Amino acid sequence: MKNGANRWLLAVLAVLILIVVIGAIVLGAPDRRPDPVFGDKADSLAEVPQAASRARSPSWYEAPRENAWTMQLGDPSGSRFSPLSDISAANVNSLEVAFTFDTHNERGHEAAPLVVGDTMFVTTPYPNDVYALDLTTPRPTVKWHYQPVPLHASQGVACCDVVNRGAAYEGGRLFFNTLDGQTIALDTASGGELWRTKLAEINKGETITMAPLVAEGRVLVGTSGGEFGVRGSLTALDAGSGAVVWKAYSTGPDTDVLIGPEFEPFYAQDKGEDLGVHTWNPEGWKIGGGNPWGWISYDPELHMIYYGTGNPGPWNPNQRPGDNKWTAGLFARDVRTGQARWFYQSSPHDLFDYDDVNESILVDMPFHGEMRKVLVRPARTGFFLVIDRETGQVLSADPYAHVNSARRVDLVTGRPEVNPEKMPKPGRVTRNICPAAPGGKDWNPSTFSPRTGLVYIPHLNLCMDEGEVEANYIAGTPFLGADARMFAGPGGHRGVFTAWDPVARRPVWRIREDLPLWSGALATGGDVVFYGTLDGWFKAVDARSGKLLWRHRLSSGIIGMPMTYRGPDGRQYVAIFAGVGGWSGAIVSGALDPADPTSALGFVNAMGDLIHRTEPGGKLYVFALPA
Amino acid sequence: MDGRGSVAVKALVLAAAILLGGCGERAFTVCADPNNMPFSNQRGEGLENKLAELVARDLDAELRYVWWSQRRGWMRETLGAGKCDAWMGVPSGLETLSTTRPYYRSGYVFVSRRDSPLAGLTLDDPRLRDVDIGVQLAGDDGANPPPAAALTRRGLTARTRGFTLYGDNREADPAADVIRAVERGEVDVAMAWGPLAGWHASRSRVPLRLEAVTPWMDEDRWPMVFDISVGVAKDNQELRREIDDSLARNRSAVARIVQAFHVPLPPGG
Repeated sequence: MKNGANRWLLAVLAVLILIVVIGAIVLGAPDRRPDPVFGDKADSLAEVPQAASRARSPSWYEAPRENAWTMQLGDPSGSRFSPLSDISAANVNSLEVAFTFDTHNERGHEAAPLVVGDTMFVTTPYPNDVYALDLTTPRPTVKWHYQPVPLHASQGVACCDVVNRGAAYEGGRLFFNTLDGQTIALDTASGGELWRTKLAEINKGETITMAPLVAEGRVLVGTSGGEFGVRGSLTALDAGSGAVVWKAYSTGPDTDVLIGPEFEPFYAQDKGEDLGVHTWNPEGWKIGGGNPWGWISYDPELHMIYYGTGNPGPWNPNQRPGDNKWTAGLFARDVRTGQARWFYQSSPHDLFDYDDVNESILVDMPFHGEMRKVLVRPARTGFFLVIDRETGQVLSADPYAHVNSARRVDLVTGRPEVNPEKMPKPGRVTRNICPAAPGGKDWNPSTFSPRTGLVYIPHLNLCMDEGEVEANYIAGTPFLGADARMFAGPGGHRGVFTAWDPVARRPVWRIREDLPLWSGALATGGDVVFYGTLDGWFKAVDARSGKLLWRHRLSSGIIGMPMTYRGPDGRQYVAIFAGVGGWSGAIVSGALDPADPTSALGFVNAMGDLIHRTEPGGKLYVFALPA
Repeated sequence: MDGRGSVAVKALVLAAAILLGGCGERAFTVCADPNNMPFSNQRGEGLENKLAELVARDLDAELRYVWWSQRRGWMRETLGAGKCDAWMGVPSGLETLSTTRPYYRSGYVFVSRRDSPLAGLTLDDPRLRDVDIGVQLAGDDGANPPPAAALTRRGLTARTRGFTLYGDNREADPAADVIRAVERGEVDVAMAWGPLAGWHASRSRVPLRLEAVTPWMDEDRWPMVFDISVGVAKDNQELRREIDDSLARNRSAVARIVQAFHVPLPPGG
């Protein structure tokens, strides 16, 4: 009797186990389609503009050569647009993987590869290795592999994963930065080091993560490290020798900031002597942050570069009364001398961690009946800014994301009208501040298509509660921290892909995404726009309607920037890195504890499900139409 | 290698480590800052070094160090990543760790030169308006040590000088920059974490005066005083209990270590 009962019991157990196992396989299958409520369709909001009322590429704009992609933003205007049209809205649904390349690196992969003719150049997060791949062989082979061997300790001072936003190519040379603050030039034929220049000292908390820009023989490099009191600076190095040509600080006296007779800011609050000193508590500017760790655009006709500065760490806002210039704002400088021409501060006396380092896309567009040379930028503040790039005048400022931290931007004064209800106060919890600290959009760049006149913005819908006080400890010192908790904004989706018309000042279509969007975007001549999600979906959507045309699940979440090129075999390829990490992906790459919602500066609260939806691991995917 | 494969490798490595490590002493691995006296340094001269030695001896374990400069993410990257068993000094009750009962209590102190007329300062002292005050900055998105916030609440920003806790790590004990600023006369008074001030003052060539920052609970909610415990990973209750017992058994020896480092007692002792 006992034996029979045991056998029956075992049989039931076996069936139960089988059910559980099959269930796990089915439910755990990596190709399980995501929640169909978000990400599958675009909300149509307005008409694509007619040609006459469209923003267009600047008059001097030259499309990149078809077999080349030499800088992270595609071209100096920052458009991330390629005219290649072999891959089009009609055929992109046949796109398939042509080859992949594994970096064996599990940190966040933000950079795009570069292509120059037969060679592809890949850079990695720390330890910042560089690979040159021969594209003429069916499976690309490594031509050379350069290892800069940055200091191990630099990882300990990187605030937001040990990322690197990529290299720039010019004249047979590849330029890139290492986490421990070296700018390195390599000979692209051999991989040999031409020069290296140290611009940051990790022992003082200085690191470099940004992608350099090359313009008029200068390699432009900006620092990171605001929370360590690093006083931000942008340096121009001679592309041939690596010698410093000029260096502009983001705070301090005019002589340090390279503000001189050429400086003609548009707004009254930016006029005056040594404002980089006087808009602070005394000597506060010396550890005032303002690190330019993001994007630089370049106008060769005006000889001007445009780049933004980070927030004013490490002071508490109440300790640093004043506008805290020149942090959280956009500089226009003469690239030859570094002399400032104008400045616009999107977040004076910043309260919300709204760094102003996002991309500026240079376009020409009609404004009140006449053509203006402008730059357009989806700022961290949640406002889409259209700024005259000759004078620094803000022509329009409209929310592209949900914003309540400011009521509007006053176009007469240029100042945002900060909402007093959303100002964080020590000891008080301020709820539902929108956008949250990463902003309406963080560093990941949008793209502009001159064919539609639209800016395609991969961005966020996050709000935050701030101010829950908690004991904290660092460098042997106890203190009280004000914690932040982020969560989805109105609608419940955490990411948005918006097609924005800068002339009509409104969205044309919008795709709501479940997860925050942390990848860059790419627009092509085939009227296809590409972007990727944090759980690994690489998507192609119709540039006019936002209709989802194709997608492919990659092995890890996507925080990279897509690029495209014509290969040696004549086919058009699209490349994107998988490899989750960065600030929003820290919960996966940094193995954060989902039980601590305030870690990663509050991001973990909003991202608890990500660890179940992707794994770290850097892998480049390159797609093409079937041969 | 996919997730499953790497888990298998890790399991094998762990098994090997257990087998090999099992022969002989257990290890007590402590994370410590290599350059932050009086707490710790690589020569083992710090308070936490001495405490680690005591506990290791008491547990009959071999003391090992993982040197780690405490910067953003230190909890996750050390205890969270299983790199070490304990940090020997953390505030009691720190949420993301498990902490022992406190083995000392101290408070923030005013630090001034003894030859200056700044005795008897409190947070509300009118003299604070007319002096240059040095404060420590943690850079945690503007969250800073309580004395700095206390000054701001009183509108005292015009003469506040900030010193980040990180300074230049090529120099010895960068967190003590604010104390050195008092010695050199760059500021008139500093407000610094007690143990840091106590030890550096005891060695300073310039005679310094240390007085507890009061009110020690500003506005009845902002403490200037903290209890310090040993911290372990949140789920490592067994080790926490062991260390608790060890600290209790060796209560007087622990007290002597704390005293030897001139840790200022908080107001009321």
